[in-house]
Amino acid sequence: MTGIVWKTESQRDYFGKAVLELGRANPGVVVVGADTTESLKTSMFGKEFPDRLFNIGIAEQNMIGIAAGLASSGKIAIAATYAVFGTAQVYNVIRQSVAYPRLNVKIFCSHAGTSVGPDGATHQMNEDIALMRGLPNMAVMVPCDAPETARTVLAAADWEGPTYCRFARSNVPTVTSTEDSFTIGKATTIRDGSDVALIGCGIMVAKCVEAAESLDAEGIDARVLNMSTVKPLDIDVIRKAAKDTGAIVTAEEHSVLHGMGSAVAVEVARTRPVPMEFVGMPDRFGESGDADSLLQKYGMTAAKIAEAAMKVVKSRGG
Amino acid sequence: MQDYDPKLIASLEEKARLLRRHVLKMTHAAKSGHPGGSLSCTDIITALYFHTLNVDPQKPDWPQRDRFVLSKGHAAPILYAALAEKGFLPVEELMTLRKFGSRLQGHPERGTVPGIEACAGAEGQGLSFGIGMALAARLDKSPTRVYVLLGDGENDVGQTWEAAMAAPHLRLDNLTAIIDRNGLQQEGPTEKIMSLEPLAEKWMAFKWHAIGIDGHDMRQILSALDEAKATKGRPTAIIARTVKGKGVSFMENVVKFHGSAPTDEELKRALAELGEPA
Repeated sequence: MTGIVWKTESQRDYFGKAVLELGRANPGVVVVGADTTESLKTSMFGKEFPDRLFNIGIAEQNMIGIAAGLASSGKIAIAATYAVFGTAQVYNVIRQSVAYPRLNVKIFCSHAGTSVGPDGATHQMNEDIALMRGLPNMAVMVPCDAPETARTVLAAADWEGPTYCRFARSNVPTVTSTEDSFTIGKATTIRDGSDVALIGCGIMVAKCVEAAESLDAEGIDARVLNMSTVKPLDIDVIRKAAKDTGAIVTAEEHSVLHGMGSAVAVEVARTRPVPMEFVGMPDRFGESGDADSLLQKYGMTAAKIAEAAMKVVKSRGG
Repeated sequence: MQDYDPKLIASLEEKARLLRRHVLKMTHAAKSGHPGGSLSCTDIITALYFHTLNVDPQKPDWPQRDRFVLSKGHAAPILYAALAEKGFLPVEELMTLRKFGSRLQGHPERGTVPGIEACAGAEGQGLSFGIGMALAARLDKSPTRVYVLLGDGENDVGQTWEAAMAAPHLRLDNLTAIIDRNGLQQEGPTEKIMSLEPLAEKWMAFKWHAIGIDGHDMRQILSALDEAKATKGRPTAIIARTVKGKGVSFMENVVKFHGSAPTDEELKRALAELGEPA
């Protein structure tokens, strides 16, 4: 719908390289995988540090438990696999062995969201943000592009306590620039605007930018925020957006139930109620297909964001 | 079997009686808790804390300490009793078990009382945690040994077998699993609920060095722990045949005492049987 031509890059590639660099800088970093180390690119780390990577097979509960034990002995333990296996498959192990004792286990998962595509609903994880943000002590990150994914690795290593970070399977548009920084708990403003705030995370941030451009043509000046941390939430930036624009649309590649949009809505309702719309996966399972067709079918597009923006601007009035 | 000093054995047996009395008083005061499964592993925990484990209450976070993980978290009372008698917390505090504001949570919480290494309660998570600790010790070239105590019911849990498969693969000879084989779980005999036998053979098939002992015979417990320490190249599983409610005649093998505390009268009788000083 717009003329933007994005450069696309692999979040997994950047993740793997960042883990390797982190491992070089910090000998206390270890990685636990579950038969997905090639796919997650943690194999790069394993090649250089074979004694610090543990591939324990298709046993995700054991992966998380081992990571917790390593962390309890002072290691920074990165556990990495696909989002459905790294969260839903092992929820109570994360809850009891990681979150409750607040250990330095850093869970990184690819294959989040509907854009996983042909593998179908079993692998399209649209409930992981909901699960993870519900856990006390857990920080939750959803980087918007490949370079930001690398930054989350360094931020997670410096963060005291457990973290969860989810990203996509396929190459994604690069939105941030090399000068941009990432801080857990801080959203960034991609584009300023005063008529409506488009708050996105993950692959939907690029679509928010596209929507903002198309809204220009309608005379609507849209602000775009990259809400790359879902927990702890950047409350200040949300309040400011509500105050400045009076109309908010959230966009995420996750169920509209209990994801980033829900988190934002709670803050908006609490502090400065304004009209809101929520772009995301409807409350249902996905299906096989190519990513673009699926995102189109389930309404996770720039056009849907723009449509939602028009709606909230109209509701706000004035 | 090694010839252990009779004085050592007698002192450990006396300590075990003291810890059993604590368990009964604590659960009686709390009016809830799990005395049966605490009493079945009392002798094992006594041997660990008062003979085998290299831990120091003055430096509970000392990196090279041995690690003990109580995977069967419902036996928290006996862990707290042992930690108290070892000097990790005041003995008087034991009577706050499960009460509002107490550090002694119904199931162990890491970070409350020093010496508690893991959170436990949901069954079957401890062995994985122990593997992580054992791997960290190996990376750090630390002499740390890791001991994980599992209830026999935890052999129902899939994660236990994920861990059982991994530990020998990783050649973790600094890891010992001890299975409190009391034969009873919440709803009845293990063999009726979900049969486990032949249990030692299962652990052996998973490439563990398996040792079967009488889990109430202090000499056999010490001997098995020594044998585990001497076993190289693979982890050791000690399958300890025990009696739920051991040491109190009317509690032994009674399913009811899995999860209910003794009444006033039962406490009085139990303490008398366990040689409570007048």
